[in-house]
Amino acid sequence: MKQLQKYRTDLLVLAGLALIGLLLGLGLLLFGQQGGQVQVRVAGEVVANWPLSRDGTYTIEGADGGTNILVIEDGRACITEASCPDGLCVGMGWISRSGQSIVCLPNQVVVEILSDGTDGEDTDVDGVAG
Amino acid sequence: MTSNRTKAVTLHGLLVALALILSYLEARIPVFFAIPGMKLGLTNVVVLVALYCLGTRSAIGINLLRILLVSMLFGNAMSLAYSLAGGLLSGAVMILLKKTKKLSIVTVSIAGGIAHNIGQILTAMALLQTAALGWYLLVLWFTGLASGAVIGIIGGELCRRLKKILELGV
Repeated sequence: MKQLQKYRTDLLVLAGLALIGLLLGLGLLLFGQQGGQVQVRVAGEVVANWPLSRDGTYTIEGADGGTNILVIEDGRACITEASCPDGLCVGMGWISRSGQSIVCLPNQVVVEILSDGTDGEDTDVDGVAG
Repeated sequence: MTSNRTKAVTLHGLLVALALILSYLEARIPVFFAIPGMKLGLTNVVVLVALYCLGTRSAIGINLLRILLVSMLFGNAMSLAYSLAGGLLSGAVMILLKKTKKLSIVTVSIAGGIAHNIGQILTAMALLQTAALGWYLLVLWFTGLASGAVIGIIGGELCRRLKKILELGV
C-alpha cells in the first residue's frame, strides 16, 4: 500500500497516457469506414487517384527515380515491391479503411485511402499543378 | 575539484560515445514491426542518464550533440529533421516532468518516449503534407509507452549504479 502511495502520481499519469491512446484507437476504429479510393502523392503532390473497387497493379514513380509497385485487390491496397533500401512500405501490408496510409519516406510516396466522393478533401484546393 | 571536472568531462564524452554506438546498433537492427519511425529508442537511455546523473544542462548538451553527430555519421538532412523534432520534444518533456519532482524515472522516460514519437509524426505530417497519420500515431503511441518503460527501468538502474561510483560534484 505504501508503494502505491509513493507512485500515485505516476500511476495517474500512466493511466492518463494509456487512456488517451485507447481513445485515439477507438476514435480511429469508429470513424474509420471502408474507403472508396486510393490517392497517391509524391512529395506532397497528388499524382493518381484509383478506385479501390477495381483490381490492378500500378507502378508509382517516386522522388529521385525510386519506384513502388502498388497492388489493389479485393477493396484493399498494398505496396508489394519497392526500390527503397529498407522496404518498410512493403512491410506495412494491406490498407482499406479511409484515412489509413502507406508511407515510403525514401521515395517520398504517400498512399492514402480516401472515402468515396471526396476528391482530395481539404488539402488540395490548388489542384492546378496536377 | 580538478579530479571532479575530469570525471565530469570524461563522463560526458563517454555518454556521447555510448549514444553514437547505440544509434549505430539501432540502425543495424532490422526495424521491428515494419513501422516507420518505430525504434527501440535505445539512445534515449543516454539522455535519461545524463538528465538524472549530470543535470539539465548536461542533458540538453548531450542530446543536441548526439542528434547532430548521429545525423552526420549515419543520416541525412531528412533524418536530421526527424531526430531533431523527436529528440528535442522528448528532451523538453522529460526535463519539465523531472522538474515537477513528483514522477519516477520510469514515468518520465515513458512520457519522453511518447513525446519523441509525436515529434516524429508531426515532422512526417509537415514533410509529406498529409494529415493522415492517425494510425501511425496510434501504434507509435503504444510502442513509445512500451519502449519508454524499458528504457526507464534500464536508466534507473544505470543511474543508481553510476552515482555510487562517481559521486560527482556537478
